[in-house]
Formats: sequence, C-alpha cells, structure tokens
Amino acid sequence: MVTEIVQYFKSSGSQYEEYLIQHIQLSITALLIALVIGVPLGYISYKHPKAAEFFTTTSQLLRIIPSLAILFILIPIIGVGELPALIALVFLGIPPILVNTILGFKEIPAVTKEVASGLGMDTKQLMKKIEFPLATPFILNGIKLSLVEIIASATLATYIGAGGLGTLIFTGLGLYRMDLLIIGGGTVTFLSLLSMFILDITIRKVSKNSVEFSS
Amino acid sequence: MIDYWSYYHTRLIDAALMHLQLVTISLVAALIIAMLVIFTCINKDKWLSGLIYFFSALYSVPSYAFFALLIPLTGLGTTTAIIVLTLYSEYVLLRTFSTGIRQIDPLIIESARGMGMTDRQVFFKIQLPLSSKSIFSGIRLALTSIIGIATIAATINAGGLGTILFDGLRTQSIETIIWGAVLTIILCIFSNVVLRLIEKITLRNLELGD
Amino acid sequence: MSNSAVKFKNVEKKFAAETIIEKLSFEVEDGEFITILGSSGSGKTTTLKMINRLVEPDGGTIEVNGQSIEQIDLIELRRNIGYVVQQIGLFPHLTIEKNIATVPELLGWDKEKILVRVKELMELVKLPYEQYGKRHPKQLSGGQQQRVGVARALAANPQIMLLDEPFGAVDAITRKELQKQIKSIHKELSGKTFLFVTHDINEAFYLGDKVMIMNNGEISQYDTPKNIVTNPKTDFVKELLDTIYEEEALWRELK
Repeated sequence: MVTEIVQYFKSSGSQYEEYLIQHIQLSITALLIALVIGVPLGYISYKHPKAAEFFTTTSQLLRIIPSLAILFILIPIIGVGELPALIALVFLGIPPILVNTILGFKEIPAVTKEVASGLGMDTKQLMKKIEFPLATPFILNGIKLSLVEIIASATLATYIGAGGLGTLIFTGLGLYRMDLLIIGGGTVTFLSLLSMFILDITIRKVSKNSVEFSS
Repeated sequence: MIDYWSYYHTRLIDAALMHLQLVTISLVAALIIAMLVIFTCINKDKWLSGLIYFFSALYSVPSYAFFALLIPLTGLGTTTAIIVLTLYSEYVLLRTFSTGIRQIDPLIIESARGMGMTDRQVFFKIQLPLSSKSIFSGIRLALTSIIGIATIAATINAGGLGTILFDGLRTQSIETIIWGAVLTIILCIFSNVVLRLIEKITLRNLELGD
Repeated sequence: MSNSAVKFKNVEKKFAAETIIEKLSFEVEDGEFITILGSSGSGKTTTLKMINRLVEPDGGTIEVNGQSIEQIDLIELRRNIGYVVQQIGLFPHLTIEKNIATVPELLGWDKEKILVRVKELMELVKLPYEQYGKRHPKQLSGGQQQRVGVARALAANPQIMLLDEPFGAVDAITRKELQKQIKSIHKELSGKTFLFVTHDINEAFYLGDKVMIMNNGEISQYDTPKNIVTNPKTDFVKELLDTIYEEEALWRELK
C-alpha cells in the first residue's frame, strides 16, 4: 500500500497538486462570498428581529435538504462545471455564518451597549468598538462550521465536474484503487481538521477576554 | 412528477426504506454507545469534554472522505456506511446529552445525594429523567443530520435515497433529483414526528410533560 | 443666570399604560452630591436615565446647565455626563486602560494627553496604572471593577455624574470602602454634580448633601439629611426612618 502511494506521487504528483489547488481555491472562494453575504445580512437581521427570525428558521429548514441534492439540482439548469459548484457551495456556506453572526450580536449584554451609548458613542462607534469585537468569536465559529461544510461539499463537487480532491476518491471507487482512496480521503480529512484547529485556536485567542463563549 | 411516481414508485419506496434502515441502525448503535459513555464519564467532566472534542473532530471529517478512508478496512457497502453514520450521530448525541446533564441545578443532585442515593441511583432517577428533553432533542438533531449525510452512502453501494439522486444526475433528470430530495425531506419530517410522539409519551410517563 | 446643574419641570413618563413618573419637578445645584433613594419601581432609575436621554420623557422639560436637553446634540450631551451602573458594563474585550480611555478617544484627544489622564484617574480610584492598566476586567474583583467604572465615567471631566446603584452588587465591607472613596472623590473634584441612585438608606444619608426620597414616581421629600431626620414631611418618610430606628434599637440591645 505504501509503495503504491509513493508510486502515485512519483508519477502523478502534478495532477495531485492540481486537484489540491482546485479544491482549496473553490472552497476559499465560496467561503469569502458566503462571508460577504452572511455577515452583513446577520448584522441587518440583528437590527431587525423579524428578519432574524426569518433567516434562523429558514436556515433550520434548509438543513433537512441533503447537501447532495442542493449540489445536483443546479446541473439541469445551468450545466456542469465550477460555476454551479461555486453557487451551491456558497448557498451551503451562508447559513452557519448568518445564524452565528445573529447569535453573536444578540449575546452582547444589553448593559454593555447601554453604557456605551451612555458614554456618548454613536451607532457607528458602537458597532466598530463594541458590537463587532464582542461578536467576533461567534462569527468565527460560524466561519468554522461553514468552512467544514464547504470543504465536505467541495469533495462531492467532482460529480458535477468541478474537479478537486473528490476526483481522486471518485476514481478510487471506480477502479477500486485503495491508494487513491487513501490519498484523496486523507488529504480532504487533513484539510478539514486543519481548518477546524486553526479556527478553534483563533476563537480561543479572541474570546479569552470577551463575554462567555461556548460553541 | 406524478408520472414519474407511478412508473417508479416501487423503486422509490425501496430506496426510502433502505435509507430508513441505514439511519435507524446507526442511530440505535450511537444511542447505546452514548448512554454507556455518559454513564461511565458522568463524574469525569474532563474525560467527557475530551471525548466530545474528539468526536467533533470526526464529525468535521467529510463523509465522502471518511468512506474512502474506511473502504480499505471495511470494504464497500452498508457496514462502512453504518460506521460513519454512527460516529457522526455520536458527536451530536454526546454534545446534547452532556449539555442537558450539566444544566441540572447542582443543588438537586446534592440533595439527592444527601437523601442517600448512590451515584447509580442519582444517574437513573435524577440526571437521566431531568435531561430527557435535551436527550430527545439530541436524537432528533442527530437523525436530521444523518438522514442528509446518508444520501452520500450511495457512492459506496450502500443504497438508500442517494441512489435516486445519482440516477437523476446521470440521466440529467431534474424530476428524479427532486423526487430524491423530496423523499429525503419527507423521511426527515416523518421520523421527526414519530420521535416527537415517542418523546411526548415518555415525558408524560415521567410526569415531566408540560 | 441660573446655577442649577439639573432642573426637572413637570416631567412625566409612562411605560405602556402605566405611569412611572408623574409631574416630577426638582432642581439640583451645581457641585452638589444628590442621592436619590427609593425602592424598586419608585421611578428613581428612570429619573436618572432621563437626564442622559437613555429614556425619553413623555412630558415636561429637563434642563442641564440651564439648557433644555432636547436642544443639545444627544452624543454631545452624553459625553459631558458621566454614567456608572450597578452591572458596571466594563467592555470585556478592552484592557482597563482602554476602558478608561473610551470617551477621551471618542473625543479625539492625543495619545499623550489620554495616557496622562488615565494615570491620573487610576491614581484617584486607587488602582495604580503600572499594576492594573494592562489587565482585563475579568481579572479584577467586583469592587475594583466598579472603581474602574467610576474612573471611566470621569475620564472626559464631565460636569455631571450619574451613578445608578453603583455599589449594589459588592459585599458590605467593600461597599463601605467604596462609599468613602466616592465621597472623597467628589470633594477632591470640587464643582462636579453627582446624582447617585440607591435603595440603601444608610448609603443615601451618608453620601448625600441632599437626599431625594422617591415613592411611586413622586418625590416624598427632598432636603438635607439633617432636615429630613428632624422634620420628616410625609408618612412614607416617617415609616422609612422608623425602620432605621428599629434597627438601631436592635443593635443597642445586642451591645
């Protein structure tokens, strides 16, 4: 088995690199777009409780649609390739960020905000100096959950022609090649665990002095 | 949509039943393990927190990759699928159970001990019944997430509703994909309703219902 | 020319259908230490919060330094009024230094000046900068946190300080210590007006140049501690004083 894995890297190293880069690029792009949409939407929802309720409920309802279906459903409409994959991943990545952003802002104690306004902060200063820093650990937790979901679904995106590390697993399953399954599965696992650990450490660092935070 | 159903309903129903079987076996296995873990670790908070973090790491491993890594050990098919789904549910169950038990007012535990209950009695007579609401919500949460994930098990020949989704993908039929998705959702709602019923009856018997 | 720092004229406040404050009128002179005494629901906190417009009145006028507060820019008004609450509300993500520097930073002071001011204030509340400046609120005791709250409110040298049961959540001994400190701080910073809400009679009579006793949204009596004791004006005040005398009798007996 080990010799087969070594053999693969010798003969197809550049192909592996291509899959890896594809996977990371797709995931990061999806995460960034989800962030740009999710965080402002979360802040707006925090200011408008009705919107918060709507988005929280919708996100919960969306959970019961399998990611696989969300990934596949665009194909007959806009075809295969990276774009439908990206759209699906963004769609899957927004709910955790949105929900946790709302939660983070809601958890800020009312007295902290009252004192801040009492000291003469206007809405903008309150947002910049108090609300955002205090909501950050929660937003980071949302990013963690979102990224894990995106990396996982990006693996399946190979089925809709978006390449990535899923291709190795797909081929491994087709040819029953254990080396490919281990390399593909192992790399994806490593990517997920790495992003989880990095974000966990960041959260711990950021929330050391903040309000009580528990995921 | 309706035409598709009348042509293929046996296939659809078979897939749904297979799906239900997969998740039920996994959930029951996870539930038994969770009870054992909680019972052993109830007074060892550090162990429990460590275990929960360990399972949270497993939970974050994408299922497709998880399957791939297990195939050399357990091969294609339902065994591998059930192992992965069990491990995923384990995280959800342990997290919600421990939250439920930690939420119990320590004064209640203290007065139970003060009345002369053993650790075992405290667990079965106090902690378990008082955390039953979070236990049930944990079960529902676990079930909801593994019903979705189980669709991916079709890639390793474990059957279930994922096969319908992949059929739809292969034949470029949005009808088929939607049927696959709709049945997964129906399965999810149906099992949630059943679980809520069981919860209601249990809570009534425990006289904790509202 | 008026030398009143705060002036209420027929101020009213309703929450939903319930009237909390009914036709409230009083005047606070520049430099006075006023304690507002009342039980919960008496309207004392609402009265305080109307001064920096955290609560808007439904009727009447409120003047600060002879100017109606509606004519003053809200942010401007608040920056010139210090505000301390029982839960303290220190910003958990900022160091003690940064907490105290909040308002000077909002006002755009230069760094040098802010540092000098922070050190001076920390000296005033007996928390040396070198030892406490870089700590976070979590690392301080309740009493210490409350002193930081006071220092933060004083930072931009406001002429008026509003304190809402600031010592309500600390133990009896620390509380006595904090009372002595706040009294000496008021003396040291001559000319500042303090409005201090409390439900503790001893605290109110110990600290106040004048005590405003509130009951059901109205002023029962507003006078110097001595005048109130020698000449209680209402039944409510008499009852209040009786509880103190009863306690006193108990202690005398025990001795």
